[in-house]
Amino acid sequence: MIKVQEEDFSLTDEITSLKKRCNNIGALSTFIGIVRDKREDEKLVSMTLEHYPGMTEKMLNKINTEALSRWDLLDTTIIHRYGKLLPGEQIVLVITASKHRKEAIESCHFIIDWLKTKGPFWKYEKTVDKGFWVDAKSQDLDEELKWNN
Amino acid sequence: MKVLYFSWIKDKLGKSHEEIQVSDNVKTINDLITLLRQNNENYKDVFKDTSSIKVSINMETAKFEDSINDNDEVAFFPPMTGG
Repeated sequence: MIKVQEEDFSLTDEITSLKKRCNNIGALSTFIGIVRDKREDEKLVSMTLEHYPGMTEKMLNKINTEALSRWDLLDTTIIHRYGKLLPGEQIVLVITASKHRKEAIESCHFIIDWLKTKGPFWKYEKTVDKGFWVDAKSQDLDEELKWNN
Repeated sequence: MKVLYFSWIKDKLGKSHEEIQVSDNVKTINDLITLLRQNNENYKDVFKDTSSIKVSINMETAKFEDSINDNDEVAFFPPMTGG
């Protein structure tokens, strides 16, 4: 299940919903991304996520399909928020469900790594007196590439 | 052709999208960039170093040498920062 939305999400509700959708779950792995309260050493006031409506859903579906083809999964949930978020707010949720732990843990890690570099989102961070578009990190690209091996 | 801009590219150009009339000699993304550079200094500035820019055609990741036609939706953006 994939959602791109402005509103917040509840981990508990999403786990309940995923469990209802499938049988024989032995393992659930979850990842939540959260807005930090600092940009380097400066206090962060807000982070606004811009995205490319249409392409976002397309890319999230592709990432999800890739995860389902690589691991034996029962179901997945990916929720990515956009718009203005405040420090401490949730940005993204990934849940993977499988019979055994290895598949759930690895696929959850894979999905968030690919979201970092293939999800058409751009982050704008505001401090008290300045605004910055966040640069992509070369480290994130390395993390993505490691899944090609 | 519909052309979209995101992130700092949108800010520098002062617009998020535009319709562009392209002639038959605009066959690839590189040709489109050459055309856009002629608009004004802001476009020249945005497209002076394309190594920091990514492109998509009809919401699929693309390369600068890929072919385009008049009905395509092309988007320019910096590397993505999802998650």
